[in-house]
Amino acid sequence: MAPPKSSNVTSDKSKNSKNTTKTDINTKADLIIQNRKCANDIFDIFEHLQAEKDRDVICAIGACSRIFCALMGRGDLFVGPLPEEDSLLTGKHSADEKYGIFMRHRYNDCVKLLLELMANSNHQVKEGALCTLMKFVSAEGQRPLSSVDWDCHYNFPRETLKAVVCGLLSEKEDMALLISRFQEFLEMDDVRYYVMGLVSDSVGRVTARAKEVMLLPIYQNNVFALLSNINMPSQESELTNFLIQMDGQRAFERMWLGFLKHKLPSNMYKKILVVLHESILPHLSQPTLMIDFLTAAYDIGGAISLLALNGLFVLIHQHNLDYPDFYKKLYNLLDSSVFHAKYRARFFHLADLFLSSSHLPVYLVAAFAKRLSRLALTAPPAALFMILPFIYNLIRRHPACRVLIHRPDAPNEPFDDPYLMEEDDPALCHALDSSLWELQTLQKHYHPDVSKTATVINRPLSEQEDDISELLEFSTYELFERDLQQLQKQPVALEYEGVSQLLEGSGKVLGGFFSLE
Amino acid sequence: MGKPQKKRGLADKVRKTKTSNEIKNNPFEVKINRKKFDILGRKTKHDVGLPGVSRSKAIKKRQETLLKEYKQKSKSNKFVDRRFGEYDTKMAPEDKILKRFALERQRMQDKKNIYNLNEEEELTHFGQSLSEIEKLNDVVDSDSESEDKGLLSAEFTASHFGGGGGLLRKKNAEEEGDGDGKPRSRQELIEELIIKSKQEKHERQTQKEEARVLTEKLDQDWKSIQSLMARNAPKSVCRVEESKPKAEEYDIMVRELGFEMKAQPSEKMKTPEEVAREERDRLQKLEADRQRRMLGDMEEETSKKQSYLSADDLNDGFILDKEDRQMLSYQDGKWNIAEEDQNADDDDADDADAGDDDDDGGNNDGSNDGEDGDDDDQHGESGSEEEGSDAESGHSDLDSEDVVEDDDAEVLRKAESQAKPHCTLSKEERLAGQEEAKAELPYTFPAPESFSDLRSLLHGHSADKQCVILERIQKCNHPSLAAGNKLKLQKMFGFLLEYVGDLATRCPPELGTVNKLVPHLYGLCQLFPNAAYLAMQNVLSDSAHDMEEVVEVKGRAALPGLGMLIYLKIVALLFPTSDFRHPVTTPALVYISQLLTKCPITSLEEVTGGLILCCLTLEYVTLSQRFVPELVSYLLGILHLAVRDKGSLGYRVVPPFRLTGRHCDLLVTSDAAHAESWSRIPLPMSGAQSLKLKDDLERDHYKLSCLATCLDLVKRCSSLYKSLPSFTQIFWPIRILLSKHISLEGHSSVLQDLHREALEAVSESPERPSPLVFEKTKPIPLRLFTPKIVEVLDFGKKRGSSKQEREKEKLKHKYRKELKGALREIRKDTKFLAREKLTEIMTRDAERKRKVKELFGSLSTQEGEWKALKKKKRK
Repeated sequence: MAPPKSSNVTSDKSKNSKNTTKTDINTKADLIIQNRKCANDIFDIFEHLQAEKDRDVICAIGACSRIFCALMGRGDLFVGPLPEEDSLLTGKHSADEKYGIFMRHRYNDCVKLLLELMANSNHQVKEGALCTLMKFVSAEGQRPLSSVDWDCHYNFPRETLKAVVCGLLSEKEDMALLISRFQEFLEMDDVRYYVMGLVSDSVGRVTARAKEVMLLPIYQNNVFALLSNINMPSQESELTNFLIQMDGQRAFERMWLGFLKHKLPSNMYKKILVVLHESILPHLSQPTLMIDFLTAAYDIGGAISLLALNGLFVLIHQHNLDYPDFYKKLYNLLDSSVFHAKYRARFFHLADLFLSSSHLPVYLVAAFAKRLSRLALTAPPAALFMILPFIYNLIRRHPACRVLIHRPDAPNEPFDDPYLMEEDDPALCHALDSSLWELQTLQKHYHPDVSKTATVINRPLSEQEDDISELLEFSTYELFERDLQQLQKQPVALEYEGVSQLLEGSGKVLGGFFSLE
Repeated sequence: MGKPQKKRGLADKVRKTKTSNEIKNNPFEVKINRKKFDILGRKTKHDVGLPGVSRSKAIKKRQETLLKEYKQKSKSNKFVDRRFGEYDTKMAPEDKILKRFALERQRMQDKKNIYNLNEEEELTHFGQSLSEIEKLNDVVDSDSESEDKGLLSAEFTASHFGGGGGLLRKKNAEEEGDGDGKPRSRQELIEELIIKSKQEKHERQTQKEEARVLTEKLDQDWKSIQSLMARNAPKSVCRVEESKPKAEEYDIMVRELGFEMKAQPSEKMKTPEEVAREERDRLQKLEADRQRRMLGDMEEETSKKQSYLSADDLNDGFILDKEDRQMLSYQDGKWNIAEEDQNADDDDADDADAGDDDDDGGNNDGSNDGEDGDDDDQHGESGSEEEGSDAESGHSDLDSEDVVEDDDAEVLRKAESQAKPHCTLSKEERLAGQEEAKAELPYTFPAPESFSDLRSLLHGHSADKQCVILERIQKCNHPSLAAGNKLKLQKMFGFLLEYVGDLATRCPPELGTVNKLVPHLYGLCQLFPNAAYLAMQNVLSDSAHDMEEVVEVKGRAALPGLGMLIYLKIVALLFPTSDFRHPVTTPALVYISQLLTKCPITSLEEVTGGLILCCLTLEYVTLSQRFVPELVSYLLGILHLAVRDKGSLGYRVVPPFRLTGRHCDLLVTSDAAHAESWSRIPLPMSGAQSLKLKDDLERDHYKLSCLATCLDLVKRCSSLYKSLPSFTQIFWPIRILLSKHISLEGHSSVLQDLHREALEAVSESPERPSPLVFEKTKPIPLRLFTPKIVEVLDFGKKRGSSKQEREKEKLKHKYRKELKGALREIRKDTKFLAREKLTEIMTRDAERKRKVKELFGSLSTQEGEWKALKKKKRK
């Protein structure tokens, strides 16, 4: 509750009118806490809760939080099944009980109001409401409002939390910011556990209602934001309460699977796949359940396939997944957009891993090398820095591929490239009969370093493999910066041909097509 | 003693020369040191020795030195010979004797013997001896007087120097002379001497004064008489008088000739052919240089110094001569310094300007300062006049003119010559324009301190006037005029660059003005390459940084404005694009690559911008023929925009283009009928910023122009990359696109021709590549066991050590040798001394024995006598 309050203090001092409302609310809150007679003032505070001005609302939220926490701390709220408010007058209750019942009703009102406020436009208000609600949850946990079956049983205020989660998983509004605030509560094991259960319930309910008629992108976004914020603790630290952990794992698994079995928009696929291998797969009790999802994603093609590769790799590597025609698919993933994709580094890191096996057939490796070098003809320079050593590494690992860059026995007469770019099957593309003329072409690349790297094929390759891990993330902008910072040893060379016109100069290409208008 | 010695010495000389020859030839004297090995080429000093001679020499020397010391060893008194010149070895014995004799006589004379009326007494006239007057013809010369004064009398010097020996000696002599006279004390003597010398001096002065008075009187008398005498005489006097100033004049002329600077060999006037040939040579040299840089050889041999086109160059083919001049200038210190420092300054952009003024030589400094003064209050009438004033100030002396020629005028003229090409188009017009400008524009401009300064300076002027202003700023703040000007102009390059960008981004971009400003940028860049490249790098990095920020957020960015495209063009104009690696053009190309891959096309404006970018890329690689993959992909993407039917394509486009989508039909014409009325015109560059196309017809025409440009670019690209082994693979998407998806039926023939040509260009398969093989390398030779033979060029010298070590070794050796020699000498000395002592003892013993014997003898005789007497008595 600290942030809204402090902000109030600072901002209200400047304006007198604000000051009055604030002091008004505060004094009323104090009165309510101190004196039971002033209980009716709570309605004034509720009025402020519904006020227009955000400042007042925040102030009122603070006051509510103070009042009800104090009351619950004192045990002033009615415990057990709540009688109707109307029956309050008729029923035979003691004054104390009446007060408790009255305040309990006000508490319920307050929770309702706060839930409404969570859909407010102002983030501060939302945040204040959320924090207050979570405070209530914790206060309720300490002094349960429902009647207790066993004394020592730990009773979690499930209802309030459910209301909060429902508020967070709004179908109309993007709650990502609020959910990130909510993450700090998710650090708590019990909150996390109950939230997981509530989320899977919510997902089931909402999708059942939607009946696949339409996708609910906002809702799904919110769910994903919440889900991705649920970080399962690492297994080692939780070995002590193993039973609970297993329970939590299952809830986690159920929640994700429940979410993933529905149709998702493609950008949601990407988002999930980015975090899948790190924050989801390790916490599943049966990761193999993800196979369906991953294969479906892998078949979509494009960037999603690239990303699904990562999860598939984990499954293949650790869970013994046998994927038919994996390499063929990988081969077909390679197209010109690979170098421009955002996930280039991740893809090539994995591709390097997959192709590092020395048991691969030569034709396959040769096909990869040839295809990559063919694609390099359209690649930006930063990608070339990575792809050339990649190809060299392939040839180094599989010395039989050396014919790609060195074919001394062939009749030294020119022939057309036998490689078939359009062929999907690496076994049929005749890569082994070809040579990497593309690399020879790149020796004429405009960037000096690319050109130098490409000249390596003129001599036998060194034994040592190149380390491409650092080059994977290398971007063109970094290349640009590096070129700028190159130390200048000799004086800068200048153009010696004098200039009199803007559009003249080498080739006069620009002047030929454009006029100075 | 001296005389007989001398005589004997002479005789000895004669004898000795004889004997030394004899000795040398005497086989019994000569000892031959036998060598164990005969080594060719080694000079030996000690193969023949004369041990007898050397021993006797050594003994003699010891006798003269050691023995004497030994004998003086325990003696406290010393005998000093005070005769005149006794210890003066330089004086010949004859002179000594003569002098002594003279002194003796003098002493004799000093003794006042009034009764001695000897004829030896000199006769004097006014204190001067008559005989001397007779001998020397008296010349009353003022110079001689001073010389006389400077001289000290022999007596005086003798008494003062040589430890006062002279005085004492004199005393001795006097004592000798009058032995009975009382000896005077030293102080008395000195006083006497002083009085005497003063007296003498006074006498001399009075003498001379009187003599002068007398001669003058005589002269006057003579003149008065002269007039009475014959007439010839005065003429001769006149002539004599005239001749004197004449001689002076002549002297002056001779001296002038001597001091005048030697004529410098001037440049021969060149025939047009020669000029053309030189120009060609220069260009060839520069081209070769460029080729070398293009191939990247430079990276390997960075240490090799290169002579780039200096900023001082006149740009008129004088490059070779310039170097000649520098060599010549070694004979003439001043020139040399001026030239070299100028060059050095140009190289070193950060250098403070203080040096520049010094370069001009001391005598020119003054004139330069004067000019500065002019700059401050009221400058010369115009910029061009300033040059004149330079020259004028130079007329004051010959040296500075040359310097001014070299330093200031050359660069100024060069700056002008940069501006010339477009100005000379119509000279009259330019002159008229200048006249006009003169009437309006101020003549001096302060160098702008900030970009806004420059903008306010140039604001509201026409392009030509802006040029004039810039020219004047450059002239007023020429680096040679004041310290700090260089920095100002360096800054101005950055401001001008910014200004150009500003002009290009204005709403109708003022490209005409930019066009006029480009030569100034080029000129400044040539003057300050370092500042220029840093400014250019800044521009590039700022823009790239901005774009990177956008790309990181969105994954793509918008094409930058026309300003950036102009900057890229300027980079290509100022710096060589063909270098293998260049600090400006390489990053610029990388930046272009970024633009080509990260900026999707969403409008016709961006199509224009993209086409400009393609043109620029092509210009960058035209010379070096380097492969830019992004360019081909981009052209494909632009052509794809013109494809009407996007279904079933046989090719793939590369990002930033997409196969289908919102902006994929940008170049598809809306109405096929519009195509017929189309005619090709060059696209306006301002189209990259904003296009004002009124209706569909114009819009379609513009689209077709873009398409035509793109096709042309494809054609050029394919001709550029024809030699690449993967030519077919590079261009196959474009080939498919052109052959299958773009049909220009019903379009104008120009476009159809273009399409056909482009298709032909990309379809032709040049030579098919042969399979790759490694470069043939030299086989590594087998290890052999033949010994390694090292050629030794300096025999007898220790090798394998540094110079210092060798020096140390040498010194050690010398020390050892000296030590040995000293020990040997000491040993010989002690031997000698021992021998001497022995002989001394022997002689003493012999003497004693003799004396004892004598005593015994005398005693025995005494005894005998006594006995005989006793016997007598007894008798």
